[in-house]
Amino acid sequence: MSEHKPAPAARKIFPPAVNTETEKFWKAAEAGTLLYGWCLACSEPHYYPRSFCPFCFSERVEWRAASGAAKVYSYSIMYRSPTGPYTIAYVELAEGPRILTNLVDCDFEKIAIDAPAKLVWKPSDGGPPVPFFTLA
Amino acid sequence: MSIKGKAYVMGAFEHPTREAPDKSTPQLHSECLRGALADAGLSKDDIDGYFCAGDAPGFGAMSMADYLGLRKLRHMDSTETGGSSYILHVGHAAEAIAAGKCSVALITLAGRPRSEKGGGGPRGGGFAAAPEAAFEMPYGGTTHNQYAMCATRHMHEFGTTSEQLAWIKVAASHHAQWNPHAFLKEVVTVEDVVNSPMIATPLHRLDCCVVTDGGGALIVTSPEVAKSLKRPRVKVIGAGEAPKGTYGGRVDLTYSGAAWSGPKAFAEAGVTPADIKYASIYDSFTITVLMQLEDLGFCEKGQGGKFVADGNLISGVGKLPFNTDGGGLCNNHPTNRGGITKVIEAVRQLRGEAHPKVQVANCDLAIAHGTGGSLGTRHGAATLIMERE
Repeated sequence: MSEHKPAPAARKIFPPAVNTETEKFWKAAEAGTLLYGWCLACSEPHYYPRSFCPFCFSERVEWRAASGAAKVYSYSIMYRSPTGPYTIAYVELAEGPRILTNLVDCDFEKIAIDAPAKLVWKPSDGGPPVPFFTLA
Repeated sequence: MSIKGKAYVMGAFEHPTREAPDKSTPQLHSECLRGALADAGLSKDDIDGYFCAGDAPGFGAMSMADYLGLRKLRHMDSTETGGSSYILHVGHAAEAIAAGKCSVALITLAGRPRSEKGGGGPRGGGFAAAPEAAFEMPYGGTTHNQYAMCATRHMHEFGTTSEQLAWIKVAASHHAQWNPHAFLKEVVTVEDVVNSPMIATPLHRLDCCVVTDGGGALIVTSPEVAKSLKRPRVKVIGAGEAPKGTYGGRVDLTYSGAAWSGPKAFAEAGVTPADIKYASIYDSFTITVLMQLEDLGFCEKGQGGKFVADGNLISGVGKLPFNTDGGGLCNNHPTNRGGITKVIEAVRQLRGEAHPKVQVANCDLAIAHGTGGSLGTRHGAATLIMERE
């Protein structure tokens, strides 16, 4: 299936809507830093980050910088796409949370569950950059 | 308080259309109401409870209630859990009836995704304001690829194969051949499924449900009203519902909300999966069926592939006849929401009114279960257990 390698910039990336709760996340994105939520009360990480801990409901949360290291939890190569195939995936951050993303700039044939992946940033269509992953 | 025995499904109607370019969506709702009233032997002004979901055009339940001329309403509920809404609504209707809030509850669904060319594409509209939207919408998530990720993970953890998933479609097609209204009536083989074009790995085109216009309606009544009617009585004996989400990053794609809604419904009904004679299982995709069967307890977690293989879901052949109308995979998935047709075919089976080629002998206990939304992100699960009286 090597003929199905992703066409560069084939698909417009939907611009994330930024609100007052998530502004800090997208400012960090502009600087190339992926933030995740960390609860100072129960010491659990979470994603997507929010103003409180979704586990213990404490508001004593801080947003920490992820290392960008991850591994593939699951994925699907989408062929029903007018702009060419792309790969949706959940990756498990080294810090714990499993997050929705795309696997980009890599040979689809080499994608496998548990494959190491690393963070890359891609521009969105008129919004802040968006965190993607590629095979490490 | 239990709903067991407090309500009966006395009207069930599936619109025969699969493509309705010449009708409006509200009009389809009205035709479904007309059909269900005729089936039950009731009239419009008997209805005092109305249930609808996100497919109902307008302002919650109010626009459709006003349009349909429902002037006697004293209870309404527009709980939205996607395609499972209408299964959940039966449980809610039973609760309302048990509490004396209404005695004749109407549930409608209708829509025109085929005519309007909307088949499971990227989510937009009201989803854009959801808290998760900024963190999910950039990634091109669709119904297909989000469910497909569950299949990828299931295959990895449990060794499930594409051929095993294909058996689910094969079973549905064996049933659909007897349904004159089915969108796809052709019997297919495992090879047909695995050789059909890849949509979103590992799901092929024939692992996916159809996109159809249409709709359906149900009428749920109190025991007193049920006894006054001439139709066979289908008693609601158990219901369960549960949401499932991404849990702050603790994502686990190997199970669905059926793992919670199922046990609740079985406990209320006082029956076990082994007692079930017929199962309507939501079949947006083959993987949806497989995971729900495991989560409902029809087999061990991870054993769904073996359970569905070799025709085990085919009526008259296997141990668990499922979706004998052809299901969403072959018959109908009106407005991309299959919950109501799941209840309708279960009612047909319990009344003994399914097609003779697929009618389950002595069918006195049935389940209808649905997953609405996305198996791969967040969804609403609804389980309903019904008994022939």
